[in-house]
Amino acid sequence: MLFRSVSFALKPHELLHVVGANGSGKSSLLRIACGLLEPSAGEVRWNGAAINGLHEDYSRGLAYVGHADGLNQDLTASENLRIACVLSHVKPDHGLVTRTLAALALDRCAREPVRTLSQGQRRRAAIARLVLAEDKPLWLLDEPFSALDASAVEYVSGLVETHCARGGMVIMTTHDRLPRLRAGARELVLSESVS
Amino acid sequence: MMTVLVCIVRRDLLVATRRRADVLTAVVFFAVVVSLFPLATTPDAELLRNIGPGVVWVAALLSSVLTLPRLFSVDHTDGTLDQMLLSASPIGAIVSGKIIAHWLTAGLPLVVLSPVLALQFDLAPGAMLALTSSLFLGTPVLSLIGAIGAALTLGARGAGVLVSLLVLPLYVPVLVLGTGLVNAAGAGLDTSAHFMLLTAMIVSACVLAPWAVSTALRGAA
Repeated sequence: MLFRSVSFALKPHELLHVVGANGSGKSSLLRIACGLLEPSAGEVRWNGAAINGLHEDYSRGLAYVGHADGLNQDLTASENLRIACVLSHVKPDHGLVTRTLAALALDRCAREPVRTLSQGQRRRAAIARLVLAEDKPLWLLDEPFSALDASAVEYVSGLVETHCARGGMVIMTTHDRLPRLRAGARELVLSESVS
Repeated sequence: MMTVLVCIVRRDLLVATRRRADVLTAVVFFAVVVSLFPLATTPDAELLRNIGPGVVWVAALLSSVLTLPRLFSVDHTDGTLDQMLLSASPIGAIVSGKIIAHWLTAGLPLVVLSPVLALQFDLAPGAMLALTSSLFLGTPVLSLIGAIGAALTLGARGAGVLVSLLVLPLYVPVLVLGTGLVNAAGAGLDTSAHFMLLTAMIVSACVLAPWAVSTALRGAA
C-alpha cells in the first residue's frame, strides 16, 4: 500500500501542494484524483458526486499534465497542441496556438517533430496545454517543474498563480518543497511511514 | 463528436505518413506471404485456384495481427492515451477514429493489392472480384475485433504474441465467410448470403467493438 487515510477537499482559489519522496505515491494520488486509477478504498468526489459515474462530465472540468508529456513523438508541438484543442472542445485557432508556443519559447522549433526536441522543450509543450485550459476549473500537475529551466519555472508558477487568482483549483506534486510557495497554498506530505 | 472522430483519423494518418516504414512492413509482409505459396507448392493451376482465396485471406489475417500491437501502445507510452481518456470528448468517438485510421492504413492497402496477388493463383476475373470485395467487407471487421485484442493486451509483456493468440480465433468466422464467398463465386453460386452475413458482421462489430475497446482502455490506464 502506498498511502492510507489521505483526505482533502479543494475549494476555488486553492492550491494543494503534494510533497513526498520518490515512490511515496504522489503520481498515483494524482491519477486517482483524475479518475485514471481506481483507489483500492475510498472515493473521489466532484461537486459532491463520485467521479466514476461522471466520466466526461468530470474530465471536461480538469486539465492533467502527467508524468508522461502526452505528446506524440512524430508530430510537431503545434500539431499536438491543435489536436489537444479539438479534444477539449476549444476551437484550434491558429493565432492562439502560435501565441501559446511563443510564450513558452517554442516558436522556433514548432515545426520540428517532438522526437527531436530536448527534454525541457517537451515539458514546455506539455505545459502549453494549460494555457489553452484556462477555463477548466481543476488543474492536476504532476511534477510540472521537472526538466524546466529557471525562466520556464517562473512562467509556470505564474500560470498556476493566475489560475488560482481566477478562482481555479490546482493540485500539484513536486519531490521537494517549493522555494517560494504562494501564500495560502496548502501542503500535503505523503510520508513513506505507512506500509 | 464528428469533429473529434475526423480529427483523430487525420492525426493517425498524419502519424502514419511520418512512420511510413510501419505501414509498408505490413503490406510487404502480406505480399511476400501470399507469393511464397505458389513457390512452395506445385505450379498446378487447378490446385492454386483452389488454395488461392484461403492463402490471401490467411495472409491478410496475419498482416492485420502484425499491425495491432502499435494501435494503442504508442499512445499509451507517451501519455496521449491518458489525455484522450481525460479529454472532454467521448472516448467512443476517439476509439472509432483510431479504428478507422487503422483500417485505412492496414486494411485498405491489402484490398487494393489483392487483385494483383490473385493473378499468381490464376483466379478467374469473377473470383478475383469476389476476393477483393470479400476483403473490402472483411478487413474492417478485422480492425474492429483486433482493436479489442490490442486494448486488452495493452501494457502486457509480450503483447504482440498475446494479441495474436487472443484475436486469431475470433477472426475465424470472418475467414470462413470471406473464403466461402470467393469459393462460391468461383463455382458460380449465389453469393448474396455471404455478403449479407459479412455486412451484418461489420454492423454488429461497429456497434460493439468501440464500446468494448473503451471499457478495456479505461481499465488499462
